[in-house]
Amino acid sequence: MLSLNYYLALSALIFAIGVMGVIIRRNLIIIMMSIELMLNAVNLAFVALARSHGSMDGQTIVVFVMAVAAAEAVVGLAIVITVFRQRQTLDPQEMQLLKG
Amino acid sequence: MESSAVMESSSLLRWILLVPLLGAVINMIFTSYRDRKTAGWLASIALAVSFGLSLWIWFGLSSGTVLNDTLFTWIESPPFKVKMSLLVDRLTLIMLLVITGVGLMIHIYSLGYMGKDEGGVRYFAYLNLFIFFMLLLVLADNLLLLFVGWEGVGLCSYLLIGFWYQDHTNTIAANKAFIVNRIGDVCFLLGLFLLFWELGLKGIWTLDFVELKSHVHLLSTGRITLITLLLFAGATGKSAQIPLFVWLPDAMQGPTPVSALIHAATMVTAGIYMTARLHFLFALAPATLAVIAVIGVLTALFAATIATAQNDIKRVLAYSTISQLGYMFLAVGVGAYSAAVFHLFTHAFFKACLFLSAGSVIHGLQGEQDMRKMGGLKSYFPKTYWTYLIAGLALSGAPLTAGFFSKDQILWQTFSHGSVLLWFVAWGTAGLTAFYMFRQFFMVFHGECKVNDHLRAHIHESPTVMTAPLMILALGSIVTGWLGLPEYLFGSAWDHWLEPVFGTQVNGHGGVLIEILLMLLTVGLAAGAIYLAYRAYSPPWVGGLPYRLALNKYYVDEVYDSLFVRPMTRLADWFAQIFDMAVVDRFVNGLAARVQASSFFWRRLQTGNVQHYLLYFLAGTLFVLGYYLF
Repeated sequence: MLSLNYYLALSALIFAIGVMGVIIRRNLIIIMMSIELMLNAVNLAFVALARSHGSMDGQTIVVFVMAVAAAEAVVGLAIVITVFRQRQTLDPQEMQLLKG
Repeated sequence: MESSAVMESSSLLRWILLVPLLGAVINMIFTSYRDRKTAGWLASIALAVSFGLSLWIWFGLSSGTVLNDTLFTWIESPPFKVKMSLLVDRLTLIMLLVITGVGLMIHIYSLGYMGKDEGGVRYFAYLNLFIFFMLLLVLADNLLLLFVGWEGVGLCSYLLIGFWYQDHTNTIAANKAFIVNRIGDVCFLLGLFLLFWELGLKGIWTLDFVELKSHVHLLSTGRITLITLLLFAGATGKSAQIPLFVWLPDAMQGPTPVSALIHAATMVTAGIYMTARLHFLFALAPATLAVIAVIGVLTALFAATIATAQNDIKRVLAYSTISQLGYMFLAVGVGAYSAAVFHLFTHAFFKACLFLSAGSVIHGLQGEQDMRKMGGLKSYFPKTYWTYLIAGLALSGAPLTAGFFSKDQILWQTFSHGSVLLWFVAWGTAGLTAFYMFRQFFMVFHGECKVNDHLRAHIHESPTVMTAPLMILALGSIVTGWLGLPEYLFGSAWDHWLEPVFGTQVNGHGGVLIEILLMLLTVGLAAGAIYLAYRAYSPPWVGGLPYRLALNKYYVDEVYDSLFVRPMTRLADWFAQIFDMAVVDRFVNGLAARVQASSFFWRRLQTGNVQHYLLYFLAGTLFVLGYYLF
């Protein structure tokens, strides 16, 4: 069995990729996918720790996270579609109404 | 005040105080609804109740008893405690009778004098309020409460001097009175603080008169001298002595009954009352007493010389008041408190009578105050003529009038306790007093009538509501003097009456013969001065330098103006025009400009791009994380 650290390192790596995706990419759909990536990185950490500690708590939370992520994806994609209909673009740089 | 005195509680005292306050409040609330006549009667009745209560107490007060009435605790900060508490001993009782008695006469007179004025209701409200504060001043059983009354009467004085506020000169006069009084009040307050602090250092935290009396001996003479000098500086403001007397002549801008009540009979005597009330303190500071005597006699002389050259009927009386107050302070200075209070008492009658008579003349002449435009008014004012003559004689010290006995007592006490020099100046001033008084009298009532024809058709004697108080006060100008007969006649009932307060007054040594001789000298001088005034009621030296000096009041106002007022206004101008613009405004505007400039830079952070915000978010999280991990 692999040591816990490998799982955690992988989780951190995926999370970092997610963060960078959210910050850098210029497409709202990709950004949403990056958010999913971050959520799943956290899920991986939860499951790995639950397994190593022999507790079911972490696994329970993961099920919750998945449910919430599904709901979030529904609402988020609905917003993305509405935004696209309004502005004909999905580039966040085009959405700067609050510029100071 | 005597420590052996029996303290009796009496809830009557509060009503003496509260009834005029009630009258004032009712008149103030209903200013716009009430007609002048009702307001005047309400005010007069309120005062009549106070007067009645004072008389009642006077009849009931047995020897050696002190009445006390505690309403509530005002300030409590253990071990210090100030109660809202009233005290009546024989000194207070005299003041009560003067304030309510003379005040009542002046209220009734005002019914006629102010009967047609638009602000009549406001006038009577102020008048009652003044009476309330004045009564508070004399009834207070501690120095702090006295100070409340002290400030209150100053306020009412201000309100009433500027009563006809539409005329700008009146408001200026009111401001002058208020500001000059404030200088004195600051000194008074400093004296009060110092007394409080110094006694506190000895472990006694009190401002109560009875307790002060039994503890002031703990203080060193130097401290007491400083305290009493500061308190006296306060008195020079309120009682119009050198150097703060300048406000009183200008205070004549107010209605004439106000001049009679506030600026002759009652408020200006507050300084005398205060020194008499604290006589145990002043007695411990011989240096202060010497200062008081000298200031008093100089003020008396100075003001009397000015009075000889004035042409405004009320200003002559104003300077005369200053001069007479100087006499009272002279008496205080030589330790003759009883004589000072006696002169205060008689002066209240004849000076109120003089002012009201002058008011009657002014009223009859439709507001004319210049004596050069009067003359020969005897036949037009048959009643006022006589009251004026009687009160004028009393002021001049004609034998058997009130002023004769009281002024003589002061002169005699000065001669026997003070110095011959002081006596000589005071004696000379008595001659000046008779001269300016009768110069005025002859200018107004005798000689050729200089009133213009148009006005002459309308001259009228005042109605009974005004002349009746005049006659009562004129009667008082004679009989009140008989309370204090000199030793060689029947002895003074007055001194005996005040013995529980001031202790036994030592009668001057030197014998009866000298006393009678001095008296004859004074009477002779006064008679000579009256004759001189009769011969030439414009003085023979008119036009000379001394005359011009006196006419222009020795240029004191001008000197004060250039020494204090103008540098102050210039400083204020400089602050307003230069300092405010160059320093204050520049600082505030500069600060605002910097904030604006920096915000122009920092606003760029607010890009509106959600990814940038997330980047800051990440940076912040990493920073916090790094801070905790490393």
